[in-house]
Amino acid sequence: MTERDLIVVGGGPAGIAAAIAAAENGVKDILLLERDQYLGGILNQCIHTGFGIEYFKEVLTGPEYADRFVKKVRSIKEIEVSLKSFVVRLTPDKTLTYLRPGLMQVDKAKAIIMATGCRERTREMIHIPGTRPAGIFSAGLAQKLINIEGLLPGNEVVIVGSGDIGLIMARRFTLEGAKVKAVIEIQKKTRGLVRNVVQCLEDFDIPLYFNHKISRLYGKNRVEAVDIVEVDDDFNEKPGTKSRVTCDTVLISVGLISENELIEMAGVKLDRKTNSPVTNELNKTSIPGLFVCGNSFKVYDIVDSVTRDSIIAGKLAAEYIRSLK
Amino acid sequence: MKSYDVLIVGGGVVGAAILRELSHYKLRIALLEKEEELAFGVSKSNSGIIHPGTQNPAGSLKGRLCVQGNRLTRKITRELGVDFKEVGELIVAFNEDEVKKLLELKKEAETLGVPRIEIVNKTWLRKHEPNLNKDVIAALYAPTAGIVSPYRLVYDNAENACRNGAEIHTLSKVVNIKKTKKGFEVFTASDIFSARYLVNAAGLFADEISKMAGVDDFRIKPRKGEEFLLDKKKENLTNHLIFPLPTKVSKGILIIKTADGNPMIGPTAVDTEDKEDLATSDEGFRKVFSAAKKLVPSINENDIVAYFAGLRPAVGHDFIIRHEDKVPGFVNVAGIQSPGLTSAPAIALMVRNILKRNGLYFRRKFFFHAHRKKTMHLFAIPLEKTKKLIRKNHSYGDVVCRCEMVSSKEIRDAIHRGAKTMDGVKFRTRAQAGRCHGTFCTTRIMKMLAEENGKPLTAVTKKGPGSEIVKKDKTRD
Repeated sequence: MTERDLIVVGGGPAGIAAAIAAAENGVKDILLLERDQYLGGILNQCIHTGFGIEYFKEVLTGPEYADRFVKKVRSIKEIEVSLKSFVVRLTPDKTLTYLRPGLMQVDKAKAIIMATGCRERTREMIHIPGTRPAGIFSAGLAQKLINIEGLLPGNEVVIVGSGDIGLIMARRFTLEGAKVKAVIEIQKKTRGLVRNVVQCLEDFDIPLYFNHKISRLYGKNRVEAVDIVEVDDDFNEKPGTKSRVTCDTVLISVGLISENELIEMAGVKLDRKTNSPVTNELNKTSIPGLFVCGNSFKVYDIVDSVTRDSIIAGKLAAEYIRSLK
Repeated sequence: MKSYDVLIVGGGVVGAAILRELSHYKLRIALLEKEEELAFGVSKSNSGIIHPGTQNPAGSLKGRLCVQGNRLTRKITRELGVDFKEVGELIVAFNEDEVKKLLELKKEAETLGVPRIEIVNKTWLRKHEPNLNKDVIAALYAPTAGIVSPYRLVYDNAENACRNGAEIHTLSKVVNIKKTKKGFEVFTASDIFSARYLVNAAGLFADEISKMAGVDDFRIKPRKGEEFLLDKKKENLTNHLIFPLPTKVSKGILIIKTADGNPMIGPTAVDTEDKEDLATSDEGFRKVFSAAKKLVPSINENDIVAYFAGLRPAVGHDFIIRHEDKVPGFVNVAGIQSPGLTSAPAIALMVRNILKRNGLYFRRKFFFHAHRKKTMHLFAIPLEKTKKLIRKNHSYGDVVCRCEMVSSKEIRDAIHRGAKTMDGVKFRTRAQAGRCHGTFCTTRIMKMLAEENGKPLTAVTKKGPGSEIVKKDKTRD
């Protein structure tokens, strides 16, 4: 077992900002664990622009925004970066166990910052009746397939939910030559940013239906069609409003929830709905010295705010470590 | 034309068990499966319960085979290296009338020879099943109930049978059967197989296969069941399998423990005409949750990680397992609904005896490889063992599926052992089966499947031809 001053779990924008801030506030021995093979997290697949407007006063793409932080974190000698490192256990005494190709390591730290991000809510969480063929993707997975792998998931798309990733993917699919037939939103208004509704849907004449839901999904091997129906204020189907839309792809973009299974394992209480830690103070948990930042603390609208608040997490961890001496 | 002594149609729980049983003997045997992988039909939605034998009428064929199958499953899972957990089951009663019914069930089960069953009281239940509804006043406890992974049992039975000389042909849907002097000619779209004996274990399509062979006297009536899988975090929701009192058509809506850790609730029981109707419904969801909450009130909808529907291949109330005398050499194994998984090894023995009685000569192989090396699953072993494994093989430390903790080594092993599709990888390893539903690991698994099978990424499917994951590779435009 190795003893560390600070371990940061997660090498996305939150973890990187927190690690840098901790180093700048005097923490000497920092381990940054990232489960993927590169730093930057989900920003790597966000090739659209709109990042950095608040923090850098510039308009950047996701990879550009990430790159500025990745370069900086790599230049700080107090921060050791470990990629392909997957944490499997966290205990309340701040001991964590992680796997890496060829290695299982147990480290104990004075402070830990969890920056494990969030995951997309799935079709399973909103319960769409019907079959389970190929062609159902979370918006984020479709984004990764197109932007990172160069693979086109489908040709005729219906998007469920008007979350930002769904809106951005509506434009992305259109630019790749696919036809986005509709965006379906069960609520009265969009869950995404207004600028995304304008730039991603209106500019491309993609219809957005409020107060609608998919009432059934069809297709044996591949998605073939969906039934779309209007709902009332209590989300009950309005009779006579059902129509069938043929498509080969259904994209699910119905929100994000924090990914916090590790702190839950350590005994931190989570909110049942959002999966984020129950707390009154920014970045703090019920365990002293265990901090949470970025989308795992709460799901943010824009990355600039993640950076801003994660810097605070780095400072809090530095203060905590100083207070132990 | 390929020729065999015995040809089995249908690669589910039953077909695979028969294939392995017959592979003990000096026989040329093969199995035909219409899908790209085994266990893709009825078996893929099996709940994995090894029933003790309760809830079957005394004197029924399925009751007898279930009790015998429960015993045999222990031996077979040991040989195949498949985890079998004897978790026990509780059939619960909410009032005195229901307690009377429990006593009837107990008597029935004792007649069938179900071992060690007893009625347990409220105090026992509070202690051993704390999350159970406090209104439950007694339960029938059958400690010999267990759980296995139904797919892994199929895959490992099949793998072991092949090691012992059996053959499996997938994507081989039977389209016609011709009776010949020596036996049968079985036609698929691209091949003709000849066999002296033909065993029909075609699940939902057993009536159609039987008709092709010349016996048209039963109809499979699919009965749909919807099931909901909960997050692995809730593994200890219950300590036992929890059953309400059975109804006329089914065992009711249960709280099921699964071999993978995720609790499962369901199934519904609704008759349907369509053999491919695997759609889930809002009614099913409501029904399952209200019934499950009656058993364990703390169950929460937010914990659902997956849901699906399966079809039971029902024909009346009992199994049909018989030699069809008017078509000599043809054996029907049909209507194998619950407790089919439990009964499968006993069914396999029964089929062997039927074949023997009808003239097939059985001679044991001198070398039969009874044992197969246990497949390693990181989620099923303690971290100390994981550490040793990683030291021996680095890629055990390369976690691909984060929700279920599945390494690249396990996924490649699954592909080497025969997984050809994304679902095949999922059923064998649990990768993509967790709370994120493959959002984070799909692309890596696709690449491994493409690489190991020497195919382009556009050829990777969810569950066979027609279910390709992506439409186009833009990097090859």
